[in-house]
Amino acid sequence: MNLTRREQLTGRVFLIALVVVTLLPFLSMLSAALQPRGTVPTGLAWPTDPHWGNFVDAFTVANMGALLRSSLLIVAGVVPASVLIATMAGFGLGHLRVPGGRFVFLLFLLGLTLPFEAVITPIYYQVQDLGLLNTRWAIILPLIGLYMPFAVFWMRAHFVNVPRELADAARVDGSNTWQLFWRVQVPLARPAIASLTILLFLWTWNQFLLAIVLVDDSTKRTMAGALGAFQGQWGTDQVLLCAGSLLILTPTLIVFLIFQRQFIKALLQGSLKG
Amino acid sequence: MTTAPGSVTAQRAGLTGLARPGHPTAGPPRRRRRPRLARWSGWLWVLPALVMYAVFVLRPLALTFQYSLYHWNGIGVARWAGLSNYATVFTDRDLLKIVGNAFILIIFFSFIPVSLGLLVAALARRISSGPFGTTVRTILFLPQIIPLVAAGIAWSWLLSSTGLVNQALRAIGQDGLARAWLGEFDTALPSVGFIGAWVLLGLCTILLITGISKIDPALYESARLDGAGPIREFFAITLPSLRQEIGVCLTVTVIAALASFDIVYIATGGGPGLQTTVPGLEIYRLAFAQRQVGLASALGVVLMALVLICVLPIQRLTREEKE
Repeated sequence: MNLTRREQLTGRVFLIALVVVTLLPFLSMLSAALQPRGTVPTGLAWPTDPHWGNFVDAFTVANMGALLRSSLLIVAGVVPASVLIATMAGFGLGHLRVPGGRFVFLLFLLGLTLPFEAVITPIYYQVQDLGLLNTRWAIILPLIGLYMPFAVFWMRAHFVNVPRELADAARVDGSNTWQLFWRVQVPLARPAIASLTILLFLWTWNQFLLAIVLVDDSTKRTMAGALGAFQGQWGTDQVLLCAGSLLILTPTLIVFLIFQRQFIKALLQGSLKG
Repeated sequence: MTTAPGSVTAQRAGLTGLARPGHPTAGPPRRRRRPRLARWSGWLWVLPALVMYAVFVLRPLALTFQYSLYHWNGIGVARWAGLSNYATVFTDRDLLKIVGNAFILIIFFSFIPVSLGLLVAALARRISSGPFGTTVRTILFLPQIIPLVAAGIAWSWLLSSTGLVNQALRAIGQDGLARAWLGEFDTALPSVGFIGAWVLLGLCTILLITGISKIDPALYESARLDGAGPIREFFAITLPSLRQEIGVCLTVTVIAALASFDIVYIATGGGPGLQTTVPGLEIYRLAFAQRQVGLASALGVVLMALVLICVLPIQRLTREEKE
């Protein structure tokens, strides 16, 4: 593109300004987290004597080990199951074209823009009836259901675009539908499945509403739910709150930095299709 | 979009040469003759997803409608209420204010990120794939990766009386402007909106830049030759070509505004007064603190309807071009 130098420069300056605004909250939290406990920190001031020990305090106080374990258990309960059944449904609706599939697909679409708040009350009573309140299942099972509209929509969009000749050829080879699915379609769908996995992981990890409504014990919640509880408990101790929040964010940030390309791709595609 | 790497995988799966030309494939007739039973057995593939969806979304959805027609405290006997809960939602001054707050948030959650994002995207035009571009992209995505709760906590700190915002104001001699932004009546809602704008700005910018990089550069070249300035260029080429991306940004951000919960819950808890209370938070309070399940459900139905009313036209406007 033949942009003039001046134009390129203006573009860069704006982007950098945006980057600074995005980073400032994190820097300001870090600067507060390094102040001595019990002082009132100010916005952004690099401490002469940084108290890195605050992070150790926060690790113990927040019960980080238990929180990580809980979030991982919830993710393990939600993501593989959701991806599997959504892939199967996407295959059934997009490839096999089951009779009445169009209607079912519309039914799924219905849930695509549904705010979780609109169904949280009945979900609470339903989970109570199942005797699952205050267990991780209270978050896992409803989340799988709530993800289905997007997940099925996403996987169906993939299967609709797979050339039919491939499947026909596999049929000629004598594969049945089961083999066709696992040996041909799933390997082909790997990029779509990977993106979906990333999105569902992120949404589960960051799920707040279900966690605070359905689970009281913060060590049985998602990371976001635990963070909310941490703020409720330590909201007045700004130093510890900032240290704890940064700590709770660290696992997500590490995973993001490792898989950033995949994350960004998934988020961009996810919003384009959603 | 994924056929190229995909077909390699298919070959690895033991289907090499399946598209060999001249191979006597009796494709179409054979497919037609698939027995009816086999077609119906396809339902087995859809069933698990459908069951989870029905149990944890469709049933609760039906129950929300049902609850909304009753007065119920969640424990005792429910009393038939007809449409009176809906009448309350549409006449109660507090509830109307709360719904209004959600619409004010749209200005901050949608309008600011989309217009600022457009400005930055039009100026930057593209992000290089080099280290600079990768760093920028990664950082701009950070607010999308962290939980909204964390954004709420971070900005509560930045906007507090000793926070960075006031520190900056004092540094430029505007001490008079310094205040507890989230605590004061006039500034609380815009401040909450600002947090949402911060969360969504990066996503919108990157989406729009990605859109711009897909525009044929020849269009810009010919515009230059015709003597178009940057502003004409923006309105004649950039804006129309970005219709789909703008639609996506608007959809995502409008839903985020109307269904907002996490940020408000953390940053202000809905206060001061009802200044920052949004429908999502009010549903939570009505259902679980005040035990007015019927009214909470009616508000839930209204919220659902509002989202659809706002999002469907956006979808229609942006899909049109693709047909």
